[in-house]
Amino acid sequence: MRREVPLAITAIVGFALIIVYFIPHPPFNHSRDFFEDLFFIIAAFAIWLGCLNLLKVNADKVYLKKKGWPFSIVVWFGFFLMVIVGFWEGRGFMNPGTTFYYLYDKLYYPLNATMFSILAFFVASASYRAFRARNKEATILLIAALFVMLGRVPFGYYLSSWLPEGWRLGNITDWIMDFPQTAAQRAIMIGIALGIVSSSLRVLLGLERTFASGE
Amino acid sequence: MNFLEKLLALDRRIIFLFIAIAVALPLFFTVKLHIEVTPVVRNLHNAMEALPPGSKVLVSLDYDPGSMPELQPMAESFFRYCFMRDLKIIIIGLWPNGPIQANSALEVILNEPDIKKKNPKYGIDYVNLGYTAGNEVVIERMGSDIPVTFPKDYSGNKTEDLPLMKGVKNFNNIDFVYNLSAGYPGTVEWVLFGVDPYKIKLGAGNTAVQAPQIYPYLNSGQLVGLLGGMKGGAEFEIATGKPAKAVKFMFSQSVSHALICFFILIGNFAYFATRKKKGA
Repeated sequence: MRREVPLAITAIVGFALIIVYFIPHPPFNHSRDFFEDLFFIIAAFAIWLGCLNLLKVNADKVYLKKKGWPFSIVVWFGFFLMVIVGFWEGRGFMNPGTTFYYLYDKLYYPLNATMFSILAFFVASASYRAFRARNKEATILLIAALFVMLGRVPFGYYLSSWLPEGWRLGNITDWIMDFPQTAAQRAIMIGIALGIVSSSLRVLLGLERTFASGE
Repeated sequence: MNFLEKLLALDRRIIFLFIAIAVALPLFFTVKLHIEVTPVVRNLHNAMEALPPGSKVLVSLDYDPGSMPELQPMAESFFRYCFMRDLKIIIIGLWPNGPIQANSALEVILNEPDIKKKNPKYGIDYVNLGYTAGNEVVIERMGSDIPVTFPKDYSGNKTEDLPLMKGVKNFNNIDFVYNLSAGYPGTVEWVLFGVDPYKIKLGAGNTAVQAPQIYPYLNSGQLVGLLGGMKGGAEFEIATGKPAKAVKFMFSQSVSHALICFFILIGNFAYFATRKKKGA
């Protein structure tokens, strides 16, 4: 029963959602709304679960003195600081002029942006080391990357403005993006979609059971 | 170790230093650059130009401060354009940070002299409905009932009591949807769960790294236009006749792209020169 009940719920809900997607008329659309409202409730609980999990993982790190445990104290401090300030300010706590907004704007905002901007340095370093024309495929990739990188910035225009219209870096970049790139993306998307359909069917038909057994 | 071998084993901190200079230094200069508006951006602008004043535009900000350098200028130029054209803005976020990013952009735009003259009012000209957890299911639910999906705005006012939201039941009452996306959930989900079932008119702004993934939707007509990365943002600013942050930042991006290309070229030159030498 511990296995069959979750499998039955999955199959019933899964097929019901497929039916309501393809028949968006009464009474099916009402059941879709019902399922979606249930999903919102689960999603809201998932946020709580995520917060509690974050606190637990970091508490364990501090308790066991694992590598980098002082950062976990910063996580706890930051978490409770934002929660307390948010609750203290009540309605409209995210409005400009509030303490929460100030903390977000002056602390979280630059910290988060800095983390992401570090990527630029690693990308540059990795490009220098790894982007080598070692074989035919790598050479094609390298040339396309150079065209796109220069063609996507005004610098590319100045480099190639002497060429006839259609042969400038910007035009070549547009062509690469519109045709070879889009073709490859389509192939990937179709492959992923077919994979999702087949694995979803396996779950709904009960052929794939690992999600219910924890194996 | 000769010069070429030294070049191949270049300390990455030297590359970091060059990149830091290439990114930061141009920010202190104002250089007028030639920026051509590409068809994908022109199409988005044309679709928005076709909207009559008073049209309701839904803006979904699905990103966090990590993607702010690319997407925040797009949000600001979009809000500026909407206020100038008297388009009504309904803001939501599928990411928790989205609505506060919108506030940040609005704070800048509402203080611009041209917009101040228009004096847009909260609840009448724009609303911020906040964030609802549920990713693509939020889009699905909005298709049947927007006030149920967002019962209160982010300040706690009842959505149905906001003058702008009177008569807005679902996507049938929305004239245009604009999505700023940095990942999941984002533009792909808006196409799959908004455009296909509800036939919404969708335009998008994406980070440069995500934009290629969106191109198939442009060619199929599911997306009216796309702003890809900071360049897309700069093109939109040029198209609207109001060059702003993205245009200014393009100089920095130009120099850093050129520098990375230069590094790649000298890296390859050193690689082939040393290989030839070893072969000989």
